[in-house]
Amino acid sequence: MATGYIVVNEDLCKGCELCTTVCPKDLISMAQDRFTPKGYHPAELVDPDRECTGCGICAVICPDAAITVYRFVPAEKAAVS
Amino acid sequence: MHSGQMGDELMTERDGMVETLIYTKPVSLTTGATHYCPGCTHGIAHRLIAEVIDDMGRRESTLGVAPVGCAVFAYDYFNMDFAEAAHGRAPAMATGLKRVSPDKLVFTYQGDGDLASIGAAEILHAAGRGENITVIFINNAIYGMTGGQMAPTTLPGQKTTSTPSGRDIEVHGFPLKMSEVLSQMDGAAYIVRRSLHDVAHIRKAKKAIRTAFEVQEQGIGFSMVELLSSCPTNWGISAEDALTWVEEHMVPAFPLGDYKVHESISARKKG
Amino acid sequence: MPKELLKGNIAFAEAAIRAGCEAYFGYPITPQTEALEHMSKRMPELGRVFLQAESEVAAINMVYGAACAGVRVMTSSSSPGVSLMMEGLSYIAGSEVPVVLVNVMRGGPGLGNIAPSQGDYNQMVKGGGHGDYKPIVLAPATIQELIDLTVIAFDLAEKYRTIAVVLADGSIGQMMEPAELPPMRELRQVAERPHWALTGAVDREPNVVSSIYIDPVEEEVFNLKLVEKQKQIEAEEIRFREMWIDDAEIALVAFGTAGRIAQSAVKDARENGMKVGLLRPISLYPYPYAAVQQVADKVNRILVVEMNGGQMLDDVRLAVEGRVQVDFYGRMGGIVPLPDEVYEQIEKTYAQRANGR
Repeated sequence: MATGYIVVNEDLCKGCELCTTVCPKDLISMAQDRFTPKGYHPAELVDPDRECTGCGICAVICPDAAITVYRFVPAEKAAVS
Repeated sequence: MHSGQMGDELMTERDGMVETLIYTKPVSLTTGATHYCPGCTHGIAHRLIAEVIDDMGRRESTLGVAPVGCAVFAYDYFNMDFAEAAHGRAPAMATGLKRVSPDKLVFTYQGDGDLASIGAAEILHAAGRGENITVIFINNAIYGMTGGQMAPTTLPGQKTTSTPSGRDIEVHGFPLKMSEVLSQMDGAAYIVRRSLHDVAHIRKAKKAIRTAFEVQEQGIGFSMVELLSSCPTNWGISAEDALTWVEEHMVPAFPLGDYKVHESISARKKG
Repeated sequence: MPKELLKGNIAFAEAAIRAGCEAYFGYPITPQTEALEHMSKRMPELGRVFLQAESEVAAINMVYGAACAGVRVMTSSSSPGVSLMMEGLSYIAGSEVPVVLVNVMRGGPGLGNIAPSQGDYNQMVKGGGHGDYKPIVLAPATIQELIDLTVIAFDLAEKYRTIAVVLADGSIGQMMEPAELPPMRELRQVAERPHWALTGAVDREPNVVSSIYIDPVEEEVFNLKLVEKQKQIEAEEIRFREMWIDDAEIALVAFGTAGRIAQSAVKDARENGMKVGLLRPISLYPYPYAAVQQVADKVNRILVVEMNGGQMLDDVRLAVEGRVQVDFYGRMGGIVPLPDEVYEQIEKTYAQRANGR
């Protein structure tokens, strides 16, 4: 099962595509079916096989801090951190 | 890497797993969009600075000085007190601010024209005085805001709007290597050059920025982090290709490394 | 406070300290360097900020930075150095932070010389840097006035969030006279700094100090705000002195050292039976146009005396609006006219007064 997922803020995403170049599992692509309010194709997570680990590498390269990253961690670990 | 709070509302339990927030936009950045071009590394640099200031808990006690250049509106993007300097004068303004507010973190954010051209005297003397400020130097080898003219750091042969046949060293001389130059100042405590061209280097850049601010906090002296950056629009290539160009052309011309690390900065911080 | 024998440059530096100046950034330039040196000794003694900058360009920007933090800050320089500061002054005016500048004028243009002149009147009074703004400009004629106006400059700069200039010349900077310094003012606490100051965004929205208004509509709104401010300053901050005006048939108009020399000459002229008066503007901006016009209504001729080629002369002509002939006597090059020369001019002018209208 997926251990993570990302949410892309489409008000901030400028469609630069840098995130698509760094995802280790190649799970990000540019949505062709819509535009952001500024007219860019936004990036989106396409993860049918639930492979995203929430590694956050996409957020490291995003120049617009448009990506929020979540991870599912075991309850004990979450309580500690 | 973590930034932001893990609030209760973000934790939902399912199958013994708790959904936790790993990363979100730092509090030290304002919520709106920036005007920077898609893929411009200014955005990454802004984000790293904001993450560091959040991590250090210093948003309410940091004062920034914005340059003239693409980042002229940086004060709209950083969620803290900010002043707008004349072109090149940020180190002098930061000096005035820091001298009267020694308990605050004071930083300048400057491009290659601002710092290495018109501001060359101001940055040299701030470093020479060992001014206890932090300078973030965005080196993308071109003048972005004004439409792509030659910068002091433009590479030999590089085409710009004011060197349409490529920078001719017979006419324009060689690029300035500011980290090397400033590291010669006794007052400089931490002068390093990093790059933003891939995730691994971005992570190292963030560490360097953190060290630089800690150097200021500890009153050790002048700190500067030079960040090799891209300008896809004025280089005329895609954002992804621009990062490759940084790696293949700028890194060899401006070697990454630690040019000055004061002995009181622990070895752990290096690299 | 008892009177002390004070050199001009020391007097204004110490007066600034007494007025609560918290930071001084400057650069050596003759004939005002004693002020920098005095500050270099006194400010650290008092735990305040002093720094010799690498240039006047850097100095004015350090002043700008400190002013953004809401502290009382000043610099001093002389003509060529002040030219270097013009960019910074424009930015300071455009961001409405209070700053005090003392310009001890010398011979020019260019490198000129180190002798006294009044050659920067236009530069200071009409703004100097780019854009629509006018600093308050105060012109002392004695060391006591220099002290008093320096203190007032800090108050005015803060009251109107503007630049206040004390416009002296090399002779005022270098001469020594008995004068009284004010008592030491207590410094403000950080919590008492102005609401707009950069003090760290604790429990409030961030403050931004900037002079950029990229939208022309917004820029015009700001420009009009400055115009309103100028109107207020013009209504409330005019300063001048009139001597022997009541029955005068001709009047001299002169400021600063030229005003003081004119005073000697006018006094002599009176003793020799000539009905001469003197109006000495002390605020050059705001200029006492109304007062000069009233004098023009009374007299048959006006004689302007300056240590330049005729700069305040234009403001006098503006005030007079053609009512009477306005003559001019000036010395340039860093030469200070003697009372005798001015007396000769008074004699000439007085003899022609019947042809005044």
